[in-house]
Amino acid sequence: MNLLSISFKNLRYKALDTALVIFLLSFGVGIISLMILLQGQITSKFDRNIKDIDFVLAAKGSPIQSILANIYHVDVPTGNIPVADAKRIIRNPMVEDAIPLAYGDNYEKYRIVGTNDHYPNHYGCTFAEGRMFEKPFEVTIGSEVARQTGMKVGSTFTSMHGYDNAATSDPEAHHDHSPFVVVGVFSPSGSVIDQLILTPVESVWLVHEHGTETAAGAAEAAVDSTLAAQAPEREMTAYLIKKRNKGAFGMLSKQVENTTMQLANVAVENSRLMNNFGLGLSVITAIAGVIMVLSFISIFISLLNSMKERKYELALMRTMGASPFRLFSLIIVEGMLLVLLGVLVGLLLSRTGLLILSSAMQDEFHYQVNQLAPTGMELLLVAGTLFIGLVASVIPAIRAMRVDISKTLSNG
Amino acid sequence: MLQTRNLKFTYHHGPSFEFPDVHCGNAEQLLILGESGKGKTTLLHLLSGMLKPSSGEVSLNGEVTTSMSNKELDRFRGQNMGIVFQTAHFVKSLSVLENMMLAPYCSGKTATKRHALEALERLNIGEKANNSVYSLSVGEQQRVAIARAVFHRPTLLLADEPTSALDDRHASEVMHLLEEQSKEIGSSLIIVTHDQRMKDRYNNRIVL
Repeated sequence: MNLLSISFKNLRYKALDTALVIFLLSFGVGIISLMILLQGQITSKFDRNIKDIDFVLAAKGSPIQSILANIYHVDVPTGNIPVADAKRIIRNPMVEDAIPLAYGDNYEKYRIVGTNDHYPNHYGCTFAEGRMFEKPFEVTIGSEVARQTGMKVGSTFTSMHGYDNAATSDPEAHHDHSPFVVVGVFSPSGSVIDQLILTPVESVWLVHEHGTETAAGAAEAAVDSTLAAQAPEREMTAYLIKKRNKGAFGMLSKQVENTTMQLANVAVENSRLMNNFGLGLSVITAIAGVIMVLSFISIFISLLNSMKERKYELALMRTMGASPFRLFSLIIVEGMLLVLLGVLVGLLLSRTGLLILSSAMQDEFHYQVNQLAPTGMELLLVAGTLFIGLVASVIPAIRAMRVDISKTLSNG
Repeated sequence: MLQTRNLKFTYHHGPSFEFPDVHCGNAEQLLILGESGKGKTTLLHLLSGMLKPSSGEVSLNGEVTTSMSNKELDRFRGQNMGIVFQTAHFVKSLSVLENMMLAPYCSGKTATKRHALEALERLNIGEKANNSVYSLSVGEQQRVAIARAVFHRPTLLLADEPTSALDDRHASEVMHLLEEQSKEIGSSLIIVTHDQRMKDRYNNRIVL
């Protein structure tokens, strides 16, 4: 018999009250912890994908869209740009490196991106198997692609037209004459490369020339018409640009003026994006905060009520020799037990939520947020919750300590 | 041995009582008889140290309880006294046996589960040890309360109106058990009651 077992039995005895308090608290803790996990993982994922890329040179349109499409690969691109025009910009000595991206096809929703070895090297990718793509129709695939599709070195596949529409039944969307062959698989890098299929730019151009030659369906023809009309003028979806020195943005922007292209400043667009995203998180966190406050009030009221109900029991324990401080401790332990259970259930909830979200994001964007280990911010949340729980228990505990045994027992 | 001297108690904005000196020797039995409103419960609370007198003193086994601090008093009471109340009260969330074990836990005295079970057996309630206390009948509850009050062998057993809620048969059974148990453990027994049925059982009595 000890404080913990008595407290536990008391909580079990009024299971409904206990469940309500734990439910409220775990909900508050769960949502806040989920926000902490999401924000941390998404920002770190975004940061890893930006990794020293300063500008995105792409077709005119929404600059945020051009970042989302070309850096994170979660949106469709703004269009195509003529290689000849782009070359004039990237030859500028202010440009240290320009990684070409040409895409428009997918395999099982994974984008097939025409590029060169600068792209994977930029993210420090290493090989789990095989080698880098070299010739047209050779591909090196990201770790997620390999895991989800089961492809390995030597596997072949044909691409689908579009960015992420694997489920289409339209046979015309299928480029069945151009089989790709996997020559390598990257190790997981935590970057966007994990979810991409990389191939030389020429593959992408060849697939579409072939596609138009065979006079495929109207849908494809419409999308490819610009390419067909302007062939042999080559087109690219975007260039990821690393600058050589400060002030490059102003200079290059000037050069881009009066073309069909636009230069998006990654840092500026990204902070705009994060502000919007952060605002959403703040609103949800504020709601969770309100739930937390309610749950603390419910802990307070529940302890106070249970103390009133059990006044006679507490007086009884005093007559049997329990000191006032022991009764104080009993209520505190009960309160802390409630908070601890609430926090544990909350952390479990946030993990469950994260896994559900992760699989949803996996389907939608091939993004995973599945790091379940508690973070520093979460430890802070747990410590804060325990502390406020303690504060909420103190007043009922003091009242328990001050129970007038004689008065209580003579009224009993 | 319990001894009081010139005990007075005044309730805040309430009645005030002046009690005759109470003496109860080791292993003796004493009946304190009084009508309602004569301060019976007040006296019992003074004797057990749950209340502190306005003046006068209470001593048990040579220790003056009226000059102890609240904490000392709680501990002293837990170790030296067993109290049976008019209606038995328990910690609802605990089983019969757990309620028994609560007594040594609170007083800091050592007593094993075996002791508790034996005490329940002596009162013919051993088979209900793992039941919830509130599944027992009132008579059974009263027996558990007696078992709880005696099994850690206090030197003084106090009973506050132990029979007033019971019919004749149960009343005399409870009285019998109290007398038997206090004899068995060699403790003094003080019963406070207004129940006239008890009057003739005791020669040693104080009327308030």
